[in-house]
Amino acid sequence: MPGQNVDTLRRQGKLKIAAFKFTSCDGCQLQILNLEDDLLALAGATDIAFFLEARRQAPSPPYDIGFVEGSISTPEEEERIGQIRRECKTLITIGACATSGGIQALRNWADVDEFCRCVYPRPEHIETLATATPIAAHVFVDYELRGCPINPADLLELVSATLAGRRPNISTHSLCVECKRSGYPCVMVAQGKPCLGPVTQVGCGGALCPSMNRACYGCFGPMEQPNMASLGRWFTSRLGQDARDMKRMLRTFNGYIEPFKQASDRYEQEEQRSKEQ
Amino acid sequence: MTDANTPPHAFFLPRSGLEDLFQILQSDGYQVLGPTVVNDTVMIRPLESIAQLPQGVSDRQDGGFYRLVDGDPELSFEFVVGPNGPKNYLFPAKLKLLEFHVGNERFELDAGQPDVPKYAFLGVRPCELAAVKVQDRVFGVAEPGMFRCESETWYTLARRQALFIAVNCTRPAGTCFCASWGTGPRATEGFDLALTELRGGFIVEVGSDRGQAIVGRLPTREPTVSELELAELKLERAAEQMGRRLETGDVKELLDHDLEHPEWDKVAQRCLSCGNCTMVCPTCFCCTVEDSTYLADENITRTRYWESCFTHQFSYLTSGPERATIRGRYRHWLRHKLSTWWDQFDMSGCVGCGRCITWCPVGIDLTEEIPRFREGGHAKAENTTQSRGT
Repeated sequence: MPGQNVDTLRRQGKLKIAAFKFTSCDGCQLQILNLEDDLLALAGATDIAFFLEARRQAPSPPYDIGFVEGSISTPEEEERIGQIRRECKTLITIGACATSGGIQALRNWADVDEFCRCVYPRPEHIETLATATPIAAHVFVDYELRGCPINPADLLELVSATLAGRRPNISTHSLCVECKRSGYPCVMVAQGKPCLGPVTQVGCGGALCPSMNRACYGCFGPMEQPNMASLGRWFTSRLGQDARDMKRMLRTFNGYIEPFKQASDRYEQEEQRSKEQ
Repeated sequence: MTDANTPPHAFFLPRSGLEDLFQILQSDGYQVLGPTVVNDTVMIRPLESIAQLPQGVSDRQDGGFYRLVDGDPELSFEFVVGPNGPKNYLFPAKLKLLEFHVGNERFELDAGQPDVPKYAFLGVRPCELAAVKVQDRVFGVAEPGMFRCESETWYTLARRQALFIAVNCTRPAGTCFCASWGTGPRATEGFDLALTELRGGFIVEVGSDRGQAIVGRLPTREPTVSELELAELKLERAAEQMGRRLETGDVKELLDHDLEHPEWDKVAQRCLSCGNCTMVCPTCFCCTVEDSTYLADENITRTRYWESCFTHQFSYLTSGPERATIRGRYRHWLRHKLSTWWDQFDMSGCVGCGRCITWCPVGIDLTEEIPRFREGGHAKAENTTQSRGT
């Protein structure tokens, strides 16, 4: 709410917040509860109106901010997201499922009926869409919080910024910037580990995997304007990765979001070409 | 070659004297910052003892490549620069500038910057001293009498207190090209003490009164003629064995001349715009300031972070990022380092440390790029004013 100061907001009453779940593991909503020390302050500063994971009562809409977790994977969800959009003044997706389709979007490259037959003894009871898609593929989304799961500090920052009438300090640049700011040695240059940091958006709270001497696997999805082709060329020519490795590296939690999707499709074609030869 | 070039104040410090030096620094209240191995990388970190120095460690560096290898077990400084350096402490990547709150219808200050520690940089390299000199110019330290608001507070305080124990480079890395800028491999200014490592100990040169006072407390002796000769020879060899070379004489004119050179497109195909080069560059100084609040609380914290000209946010205006393409951003960065830095600060923004080459994830090498601009450009001098980054 730009232009409004804290006093104005106070006069209007507290921000009414809701959290909705679609196809997901609940991990992102759990991150809200994981705020622990900040949770009471959050509940004090806002009116957490609808949050079934934490509260049975559900005051009626409209809501000032609706946080949406999960992807659209069933016909019922397709209907429900439209209703929720109408009930929320601001709609914010939280986590990889809501933003990119999530790990379940891997079905988008496969035969869902076959999956159902393999997994369920009575597949005829399963009512599902052929695809798992991000919320933004169905309704207008005002803001996206990335991550698998989200960084609870980002959510707190977003609410704090809204309350103060300022822009949230949430960056869209590469993980490398934060990794270097934190003073971590580069696992890719110094150890040859294929790290997705140079194409991945920052946000995990201080370059989490590199801080543990591991390569980033891209759980915050693509950064602004990532150069997928260049990093891929380096991985395949210098770090011993082949097209299949590249495809698998990109098709994880954020596989169905551009430009990870486009790049993984290209490596899939390359993989098939090399099989044919 | 020896006597004529020998600096007037040269001493010999036996290897065991390194421990004495360390203890003197600690007892004088310095926080000693020096090289140590962290996850297969030499990083500058606070040291508790000289046992943390990377004894017997050397490095191999190339474009996008860094590996530690076994070196001479008797040497403590056989490696060259790692990804971080004095900049990380003199100009911290994250620094709380102040805390304030809303009260009595105005902003009221609660806390300013924290106290600046007294740093002693042990093992700082000549190129890093050159970079400190560049940042002195940028942050306004070099000009006394300047208004305070024109100088950077933390940097100025940290810089004035800091002690620099330099180590001259007797072995350059594969990505080093300080000799092309004349910033190394031997330190000529900006140090309190400068060491040249030999097997048995160090030739010590004094560069300041503070350095002189420390040397007086160290178990030094007069160096022998052969020790001095050996040190000279090692530094000469290092200059000859630079892993990279850059023709610096015409580089400003070269980059000013042809802003539409096709090489900018080619390098943009490779550049990840990840910002690593700017984060490891010892002269890059761009930063951003963020105010943060906590829920409806009226306390505000202002924090400064390193920023990179490779991010969208860096040049974000109402119409979007001013340099919207990777081509525009890479061109802006390289031209700033090698050309417009001269216009801005009357000096080069590059000191030849080679970090941007080593730590570029895809090994983009400015010493390879520059020669490409010498060939086959459009040579449309009249277009050079069209600098908008598209």
